[in-house]
Formats: sequence, C-alpha cells, structure tokens
Amino acid sequence: MSFFKHESIEINAGLLIALTMVVISIGGLVEIVPLFYIKDTIEKVEGVRPYSPLELRGRDIYQREGCYLCHSQMIRPFRDEMLRYGHYSLAAESQYDHPFQWGSKRTGPDLARVGGKYSNEWHVAHMINPRDVVPESIMPSYPWLMENELQYADVADRMRALKKAGVPYSETREEYQANVEKFGQEAADKLNILAAEQYLVAEAQAGNFDGDRSRLTEMDALVAYLQVLGTMVDFSQYEEGHFVEFR
Amino acid sequence: MSEANKQQGAVQTTGHSWDGDLQEFNNPLPTWWLWGFYLTVVFAVIYWVIYPAWPVGETYTRGVANTITYTVDGEERTTHWNTRALLMKEMQSGKSAQKMQAYMEQVAAASYEDILADEEMLAFTRAVAKGMFGDNCAACHGSGGAGVMGLFPNLVDDAWLWGGTVEQIEQTLTEGRHGFMPAFGRSLDDGQINAVAHYVLSLSDHEVDDDMAQRGMQIFNGREGGCFYCHTSEGTGLESQGAANLTDSIWTVADVPGQDSLDGKLNEVKRVVENGIERVMPAWEGRLSDNEIKLLTVYVHELGGGQ
Repeated sequence: MSFFKHESIEINAGLLIALTMVVISIGGLVEIVPLFYIKDTIEKVEGVRPYSPLELRGRDIYQREGCYLCHSQMIRPFRDEMLRYGHYSLAAESQYDHPFQWGSKRTGPDLARVGGKYSNEWHVAHMINPRDVVPESIMPSYPWLMENELQYADVADRMRALKKAGVPYSETREEYQANVEKFGQEAADKLNILAAEQYLVAEAQAGNFDGDRSRLTEMDALVAYLQVLGTMVDFSQYEEGHFVEFR
Repeated sequence: MSEANKQQGAVQTTGHSWDGDLQEFNNPLPTWWLWGFYLTVVFAVIYWVIYPAWPVGETYTRGVANTITYTVDGEERTTHWNTRALLMKEMQSGKSAQKMQAYMEQVAAASYEDILADEEMLAFTRAVAKGMFGDNCAACHGSGGAGVMGLFPNLVDDAWLWGGTVEQIEQTLTEGRHGFMPAFGRSLDDGQINAVAHYVLSLSDHEVDDDMAQRGMQIFNGREGGCFYCHTSEGTGLESQGAANLTDSIWTVADVPGQDSLDGKLNEVKRVVENGIERVMPAWEGRLSDNEIKLLTVYVHELGGGQ
C-alpha cells in the first residue's frame, strides 16, 4: 500500500499526526484501560473517604503552590521507605484524588503519611519560614498562606466538579443516605455539598489549624489537608500480608 | 571535488531533494545498534513469560515459575512475583532486616537499666534511634535535639518540663503532652504584669527593682495571679503540669538570654505572661511501635541531661 509508505507519511502532516496518536494510544489502551477492569487494582479497605470541604480547599492550595513538584505522596514497597515513612501507599488511598498527587520527584520528603506526624503549630511555623524549625531546609517560605483569607464561596461548585469525576459527594437525600451507609454518619456530613460552606467554617473553627481563631486563612485549609494525609486507613485492623493478596 | 561530495557518492540517499541540491543520506543502522534492538525484543518476550505482564479480562498473567514465599503468623504463603510480597520476604528473611530484628528483640526484652548499662545495646540504640529521631523528632527539636527557642523544647540541656527519667520520657513520647499556660493579658493590668515579670527575673538572680519584685511576688503567690499553682511558690515548677522551673536560668519560651538589656528581658517575660502558651507534643503511640518508643526514650535520655 503506497498510502503507508514512509515517504507518504513523512510528507503528509495530517496523516503523521493521526498515525502517531494511534501508536501512542496503543500504549494507553494496554497499560491503563485494563486497570479499570482488573478486580484487585483498588484494595478493599475501610476508612478511605473523600476530603471534607476544608481539606479539599487545602488540597487546591497544595496544587496551586506546586507542592507536588518537590513532594511525592507515594510510599513504595521497599524496606528503606517503610522504615522511614511507614506502610506503603495503597491504590485505595488515592481513589478519590483527582488528579492524584503521587508525584515523581522527591526534593523534599514524601508526604503520603505526614498527617498527625507534626503538630499544627509546627506546620504553621514551618510554612511561614521553614528555616525556623529545620535550619538545613531548602524549602521556600509561604508566609502569604497566613495572610490570605480563605476563599470558600465556591467550595460547593468545586465539590460538584469532583462529583462529576466520580467522587461520592452528596446532593440528594438518597446520595446522603448512601454515604451514611458507606462511610458512617460523621464522614457523610463532611461530604454533603448543600451544607459545605457551613461545614467548612465549623471545621476550621473547631480545628483551629492556623492557631488564630479570629480569622479563616489559607493556612487553616492547607494544614487541615496535611493533617489528614495517610491517616484514613487503620493498618492495625489488617493482618500483616493482607494487602499482598491484592497483587 | 569536495569531501562532502565524495561521501555523497559513497552511500545512498533517500532520493528527496530540496532547493535543487539539498539531499538526505539513507545510511543503514549500525549493526551493534540493530542487534541491541533485537535483544530488547527478546528480553521483553522472556519478561512477559516470567513476570506479571498481560491483562486478561478481569485478571492478568501472573508469570511462570516465579513465586515468592513469605510467612504470616507462622504459616507459609506462596504467591506470584510482586513487590509487596517481595517486601514482606525481605523484612522477614533479608540479611540486614534479620540482624536488626535480633537486636530489636534483645532491646525489647531488656529493662531500661540493662540497656543503659550495656555498651553494645546502647551503641545499637544510638545508631537506630538517630535515624528515627531524624525522621520523627528532628523536624521540631532539631537534628541535634537543641529545639527552637519559644516553640520546641531543648532536649540536650538539664531542664525537663515533664520530667527527665526514662519513665517520664517514655510517657511523653507515648501519650504526647499538651503544654498550656493561660494568657493573663485580660485578668492582669499592665502594671501587674510588669511586677510579675520583675519577680520572675529576680528568681533567676537578675538585678531588678526590689519593690517591684515584692509586688510581683504577691501577685505570683496570691489569688490575683495564681502562678504558684503550677510554678510552685518557690518558682521551681511542677512536672505534672509541665510548668517550667523559673529559678534555673534555663529559658524555653521567653528568650531572656537573647536580650542584652534588662528592659528587653522584662519585655520577653511580659509577652509570655500576657499571651500565655499553648504547645503540643504529638502522641506517638500507634505511629511508632512500643519498641521504637523504647529506643527513642533511651536516645533522648542519652542526649544530654537524662535523670
């Protein structure tokens, strides 16, 4: 077929683009698509829920500031990583992340299980000037997080957008009930789009993540997000080797 | 005839021609490169057979004759090759993991007195706990344990807010601590706070105005201030409350040594009395194993002023 001769592809830009896309999509079809159908991809595990409205805003700020460029959120199943960071990451733990924050570069440490590791005060001091708490740190300072008021008027829309991507935030009574059954009452309240704004304010006031009760800052949201990372699964519930069964 | 033209005559061109004389060589691929390429193809086929590779419906090919055996509760399990099973096997039968495990068991069985008296166990503890301290503690207390003035306590000096015996350090690590001093900015006026600051500095032998210190002492030990509830009437502090000893010239919140003038020192103390303190040491139970907490307890005890 002269149509597919080297020369005719090379001199015909439209054909070259079309065939390039065909070749690339074969890689995607073979490597990615089967994962949607293979049963064991996402481990069956208790406790993983979508982010609360405040945590979600924190995650947006995490992305806005480009934290993922230096911090991964993916503990690989190696002995040295386990000794340093804890249990390896599960696919189930990022099932509600769109996009996931696995990252591919560790200039700073992995953050997949940073939740609960440091106090809120530490995070606040560390964001304002990392050198105050870690003298050898090369992380940039993010002082504006403490100055900027948190914008949360659009948090319901942000949740609706994620809902379209398959994250089970609830809008109707049925969806809410389904969440109660799946995640429990406490978590279902966090996922209710209709009460998102009130819940966000209440969570920030109760948690007082930035140490300043008079204001709701971006620091509140980011620290709330960091403090929940990797804490949803209680690994003591599962026998050693449980998660090997899923591979 | 130029060099380029000679070369052009030696090999084929693609036959394309631009601007009349611009042509493209069509050299064959170097043999070593071509065979290298065939070799990667052969490697890929062998890899498909031995390792998990191809998706098939709801499952995938698991690889042939390539299994990993690991143990769960004394029972042996064998599975196809995967990195999670590989990790379990390495943690159970890897050389360095086993060596570490042997020491860990020795430490777990020993009492604190035994560990502190045994040079070998102590050396192991220092080596292993140094890494754990770096991962878990150094973010606040600094890699050397010197802390951050005003925020995170110094672990290498002789002063202990919550006690410096191994039992107390273990409790601090296990359960965490919540250091709290109320803010007196609303209950005391500026003059009263000023007087209290004078008294506090006099406790650590600073030369201050006697009358002011006397007045401060009455507030400190009276119902107005009530400072003595936690700091005791001698100012030596109650370990049960995490209240600082104010007489030992060691400062953890007010940066008194960092100030040259007496006014500066007074301002530092006033700031703390006015705003209070709220500090949290996280609880490590559940995050670290009992044995890891034990190792860190010994390490922190050995950093400086263990009692």
